[in-house]
Amino acid sequence: MSMLSKTIALATGALIVAATLNAPVQAQDATGQQLYPLFTYRTGPYAPSFIPFGAGNIDYLRYVNEVEGGVNGVKILVQECETAYTIERGIECYERYKNGFNGALTAAVYPHSSGLDVALTDKARADKIPIVSPGGGQNIATDGRVFPYQFPLIFDYWSEAQIIVDYIAQQVGGYEKLKGVKIATLYHDSGYGRDTIEPLGILSKKYGFEDIQIPVPHPGEQQQAQWQQIRRAGADWVFLRGWGVMTPVAIKTAARVGFPADRIIGDIWSGSEDDARPAGVAAKGYLAVSVFPPGTDYGIIKTLKEKIVDQGKSDLKDNSKFGTVYYNYGVIEAITFVEALRTGQQKFGNRPLTAEEGQWALENLNIDQKRIIELGAEGLISPLKTTIDNHKGETIAAKIIQWNGESWNTRTDWIKADSTLFADVIKAKAAAYAAEKGITPREAASN
Amino acid sequence: MAYFFETLIAGLFAGLMYGLVAIGFVLIYKASGVFNFAQGAMVFLAALVFVTLVEHGIHFWVAFAATSALMVLTAVAIEALVLRPLRNRDPLTLFMATLGLSFVIDGATQFFLGTDVHMLDVGIDDIADDYGGLFISRFDIIASLIVIALVAVLAIVFSKTRMGVSLRAVADDTLAAQSIGIRLPVIWRIVWSVAGIVALVAGLLWGARQGVQYSLSLVTLKALPVLIIGGFSSIPGAITGGLFVGAGEALADIYLGPLVGGSVSTWFAYILAVAFLLVRPAGLFGDRDIERV
Repeated sequence: MSMLSKTIALATGALIVAATLNAPVQAQDATGQQLYPLFTYRTGPYAPSFIPFGAGNIDYLRYVNEVEGGVNGVKILVQECETAYTIERGIECYERYKNGFNGALTAAVYPHSSGLDVALTDKARADKIPIVSPGGGQNIATDGRVFPYQFPLIFDYWSEAQIIVDYIAQQVGGYEKLKGVKIATLYHDSGYGRDTIEPLGILSKKYGFEDIQIPVPHPGEQQQAQWQQIRRAGADWVFLRGWGVMTPVAIKTAARVGFPADRIIGDIWSGSEDDARPAGVAAKGYLAVSVFPPGTDYGIIKTLKEKIVDQGKSDLKDNSKFGTVYYNYGVIEAITFVEALRTGQQKFGNRPLTAEEGQWALENLNIDQKRIIELGAEGLISPLKTTIDNHKGETIAAKIIQWNGESWNTRTDWIKADSTLFADVIKAKAAAYAAEKGITPREAASN
Repeated sequence: MAYFFETLIAGLFAGLMYGLVAIGFVLIYKASGVFNFAQGAMVFLAALVFVTLVEHGIHFWVAFAATSALMVLTAVAIEALVLRPLRNRDPLTLFMATLGLSFVIDGATQFFLGTDVHMLDVGIDDIADDYGGLFISRFDIIASLIVIALVAVLAIVFSKTRMGVSLRAVADDTLAAQSIGIRLPVIWRIVWSVAGIVALVAGLLWGARQGVQYSLSLVTLKALPVLIIGGFSSIPGAITGGLFVGAGEALADIYLGPLVGGSVSTWFAYILAVAFLLVRPAGLFGDRDIERV
């Protein structure tokens, strides 16, 4: 045997021994714990968004486990699964963890991707696993009678369109002054981006503003033609529905054609520090919708700083990301998970919940103002109450934030969307979906 | 009409930037007949190293020189670790190797330098000036001048220098070139180094516009139709192909997009490329394979 062969054989042997030694650790019994399958995308083009988001998620759950002793004594077991923001790998992760892990039960899955949320619709229905997508779910799934296992919690793009129009109305002096105002929507040409075309069409008819829709192909690294269209159309406002690199390119191209940044309102996925900062001075004054307000002055965020970050226990490698939009988003999402567990435990007892129990809990969430204050999340989240009829939450609200060149400033208080405005359209769409798929909608009384 | 010309000119400028990325592919293809899938990853690596150095207070030109040196070292390492063991294998094997290499470079770059999005200021204002009613970005003009200068330098190097002649000999007939004493590994190292420096220039110009982030790796997707149109083995072809794609997709987005109710630029470039493939399979300036039967 040559020297090289011996070395390879030794290395292989060492690896096998190491793997064997490691095996019992991986197989450690986790019975009595609640599984939180954390779908990550630490690699790929969207990693910059996930890393602070994931840290917010993990830090809050770590705080609940280590400082509060778990959810009524039930510890949360976080198991990461890398999707690289691809649907195929996301489905693999779902399959891996849908039935729990080493005895820890799965109560819900947060896919962290609108595309994956859609892709899991039929599987989740068959497996009876709740799929939760705060801020990024399917609006049609608001109707829990037809979609018992989908939870598009907190926000949706139709409400966002309403909030944008509401804000612009405030700026121009009222809804009656919207007549003749030109609002261009520059959207990522994907299911997500196209989702506001219909509500803006409805709102345009209602208020009389001119609705201009301009698509940008993925990934959006070249937008000169689109911004020339906007300038030529004489748009007064631009609603920017970007994702990833599309947002900073849009802001810079807007500056190049002379469109003012303070007349561009980014959507919730165009409103992070990583969206505005790369655009440099061109982004000063840029506005965005925020459901996950940035900042470090909120009670729970201060507590996380003291109990987790300052103790060296944070998942953040770069502490400058603490309190950013995506970090706070991660915290908010983790709050919804923990509060769902508390809700479920009130009915089923202080133990890990099954998926079926998790579904009930998510359908009966009630994070009211009193609870928000107890959580130290005042100003960070708006009240969230779900029912069988409404899997999103009864109060949908967002703030408008503005980039000052270095960080975001909050420009408005919560702007609430009128939940009745599109309710009939959404119900009709859900009914059509049910008819197409042969689904018999549940009755609200079955809750 | 001014709107049409403004769109056309903006598209042509964008096309030059596509051409810049495509040049990196052409250099390597000329020397080895390999489509280097890792070129996008090299653009990302170069831009991220550069911006990291600048953020640490290193002077622009020092950072440029240091990053260029790193790209040369990377080229030497690629030649020694990837290309040399695969010498005399078929082009598909080498292509697969560059595919793997792209994952290694992307992964290592993000592992060591992080995944953050960085702002890159190269000192050129990206604002539009009025040229008789046509608004043209100063950045576009200067970027185009840089691309033209780079092409001119490469053209001189490849036509007037000994190294350039050697490269052309290798491109024409690898075995014949080796038989007269041209050392293939040396040529590969040089070509990969030059492609690395071209990647740095491309990374700086693209990074200044969109921020330095992983998506720089994806500019590869834009280079493919450019190469099909211009030909895989011609630097002027890369530029011409870039101009076709840039102008074509800008005009298509404005005039064709509204007719089909969506953005068309992504697939329009490929439709254009397929049309060229049908008419001129080797592209506008590519070398036609002539085989004796």
